[in-house]
Amino acid sequence: MGKQIAFAVILLATLGIFSYTISRTIRYFKLTKKAFPVRDFGKRLQVMMSVAFGQTKIFRRPVIGFFHAVVFWGFCVIAVGSVEMVVDGLSGSEKALQFLGPLYDLIMASGDIFGLLVAICIVIFLGRRLLFHIKRFEGIEMKRVSHLDANIALSMILILMISLLGMNMAYLSIHTVPGKQVAGVYPVSSLLAGIFSALPAGKVFVIYETCWWLHILMIFVFANVLPYSKHFHVFMSVPNVFLSRLDPLGKLSNMDNITCEVRMMLYPEQGAGLPASVLPPERFGVKDAEDITWKNYLDSLACTECGRCTSVCPANLTGKLLSPRKIIMNIRARMKEKGPGLVKNGTGFNDNKSLLNDYITPEELWACTTCNACAMECPVNINHPGLIIDMRRYLVMEEASAPSGIKWIFGNIENNGAAWQFSADDRMVWAKDITLNQN
Amino acid sequence: MADLHARGEQPEYLFWVGCAGAFDDRYKKVAQAFVKILTFLDISYAVLGREESCTGDPARRAGNEMLYQMQALQNIAILESYGITRIITICPHCYNIFKNEYPDLGAKFETINYLQLLDQFIVSGKLSFDAAALGGVCVTYHDPCYLGRANDMYFEPRSILKKLTTGLVEMERNKSFAFCCGGGGTQMFKEAEKGNKEVYVERTEEALRTNATVIATACPFCMTMITDGIKSKNREDEIKNFDIAELIVQSLNL
Repeated sequence: MGKQIAFAVILLATLGIFSYTISRTIRYFKLTKKAFPVRDFGKRLQVMMSVAFGQTKIFRRPVIGFFHAVVFWGFCVIAVGSVEMVVDGLSGSEKALQFLGPLYDLIMASGDIFGLLVAICIVIFLGRRLLFHIKRFEGIEMKRVSHLDANIALSMILILMISLLGMNMAYLSIHTVPGKQVAGVYPVSSLLAGIFSALPAGKVFVIYETCWWLHILMIFVFANVLPYSKHFHVFMSVPNVFLSRLDPLGKLSNMDNITCEVRMMLYPEQGAGLPASVLPPERFGVKDAEDITWKNYLDSLACTECGRCTSVCPANLTGKLLSPRKIIMNIRARMKEKGPGLVKNGTGFNDNKSLLNDYITPEELWACTTCNACAMECPVNINHPGLIIDMRRYLVMEEASAPSGIKWIFGNIENNGAAWQFSADDRMVWAKDITLNQN
Repeated sequence: MADLHARGEQPEYLFWVGCAGAFDDRYKKVAQAFVKILTFLDISYAVLGREESCTGDPARRAGNEMLYQMQALQNIAILESYGITRIITICPHCYNIFKNEYPDLGAKFETINYLQLLDQFIVSGKLSFDAAALGGVCVTYHDPCYLGRANDMYFEPRSILKKLTTGLVEMERNKSFAFCCGGGGTQMFKEAEKGNKEVYVERTEEALRTNATVIATACPFCMTMITDGIKSKNREDEIKNFDIAELIVQSLNL
C-alpha cells in the first residue's frame, strides 16, 4: 500500500508539472497567427503513417537513419509497457496487461528486443557525438549547451533501456521457479538472466524493485525535462508531421490582406464588396515572435536540431551566413524570451528587441535561393523557406529594405513588366527569323 | 493572341514565353527551339506578345507580395479575357506560380510544363528520335528546384533525355537531392552574400565530375548559372549547356 501511495504522489507531481508546461506552451500558441485550415484528414493520416511511423524522410540518410528508426519504433513498443507500469504502480498489481494473452507476449517480446537494440543505437549515437567530428552538428547556432542537451537526453534513454532490461532479467529470475508463472515473453532478457542465478532471491528482488523504480522515475523526469530541451521533439514530431502543410513545396502562402488592398487599387468599384474579416493587419510579414503562425511555432518545437536542413543548404555549403536550422531555433528561443511578456502584458508588449535583427539578420535571409532542399530533407516536415519569405516580406513591405539588385528588379517589373529593363514592345523580338529546316 | 482573338479563333494552348524567353539572349534560343517543336508537332498555340508581363515570381520571392499580386491579378484578367484554359510554360518558375499560386487569386487554367507535353507526345508515338542523331553524347541533367523538389517532376526530363541519347549520366546529388544552381529566390539578380564559394561553381564542378560533355537544363536561371559556371572553369570549348528543347531540335534537325 505504501508503494502505491508513494507512486500516486509522484505520478500526480509529474502530471502537475507536465500540465503546467503544456498550459504555458498553449498560451504561447495563442499568441501566434493563423496558418492554414487543417483539413484532409485522410491525407494527413497517410503522411503521418509514412513520414512519422514509416520514417521515410529519416531514411534519406540510410545508415544513421536506420538507427534512428530503431529508436523510434522501440519507443512506440516500449511505451505500452510503460502504461502497464503506471497501472501496476497505482493498483499494486503485477503485469496488469497480461490478460491480453498472445498479444501481450508479442508486446513484451518486442519491447525486450527493442530494449537491447535501442541501447545499442544510443551507444552508437553517443560514441559518434563524443568521439567523432560530425560537421552537421556544428555551426554558429550550435552552442555548448546544444551538445550538452543532446548528450543528457541520450544518457537518459540509455539508463531507461538498461533499467528496462535489468527489470526484465530480474523478473524472469524471480518467476522461473516452481509454483510461479512468467507473464510475457522476453527473448533477450532470458538469455542474460543467468547472471542473476548465483544471487540470493532477496537480492534479485531488490534489483527488480530498483530497476522498476529507476525506469518509471526516469520516464517521469524525462517527460518533464523534454519540453525544456530540444528533445520536445519526442512529443511534438508526430503531431507536427500530422499537421504538415500539404501543398507542393514550391507554393508560398497567399497574403489575403494584400489581395484585398490590391483589388481595391485595381478595381476600386468592387472595393466595398469585400468581406470585413479581411482587413489589413498591423504588420506585413514576420518581424517578431507574435507575427509567426502556429505552424512556425510548432515547427520550432518539433525541431531536434539534427541539421539535415543546413547540411544541404546551398547558401550554407558555400560559406554564407544562412543556416535554416538556426532560423527555426531562433523562433523557439525568441518565443521563450518574449512569450512571457506577451502573455502578461498583451500583444503591445515591447522589450526593445526583435526576432529580426537581434536574432536573424537580413544578410541570412537574402542568401536563401528558395531551393527547398532544407524542407525536402527535414524528417519532421518543417517548412523553412516559407518563414524566410515571410521575414523578407516584412523587410520589403514595412521597411522598404532590400539589396540594390532586388530594388532594381522591383522597379523594372513596375515600369516595364519584366525583371530586366526591356520594353514590353520588344517582347516578340525573339520570334523574328525563326525558320524550320526543310527536310 | 490578340490577332487570333480578333479573327475569332481560339488556340488549344497559350505558350507563356516568360521574360527570359523574350529578353535573355541565350534563353531566347530556347524559346525559339520550343516553338520549332510546337510547329513540327502541328500544335495549335498562341502567345500573348506585348500583353505578356512578368508573373511576379521574382517580386514574390523577394518579399514584395504587393507587386506580385498586382502582376498576378492583371495577368489573370488578360488570360481570362481571352478565355485561355491551358498554358504551356518553359520556365519552371512561371510553371510553379501558375500551377500553385495563381489559383489562390482565382485563376482557373491548367498549367503544363513543356517537358510534360513533350513526354506525352513521345509516349503517344507522335514524337520519336533517332538515338544516333546526337551520337550517344554524354549528357547530365541538372534538376531545376522548381520542377524537382517544388513540383515533383523528375521523371519526364529523364524520360526524354533517354530517348535522345544513350549517354545519360547522373550527378552525385540528383532528383530530390539535387543541388541548386544558385539562381532561384531572386539570387539571379543580386550579388551573392559573403561566403567562400559561388553556388553555381559548386554545382558546375559536380556536373563536370560526371565527365558529361553536355549539361542539360530546363530553366532559364539554371542556364545562366551553369553557363557561367562552365565559363568560370574555362571549359566552354568542350562542355556545352543546352536546354532539353534545344537538344530535341538538334536531334530532329529542325
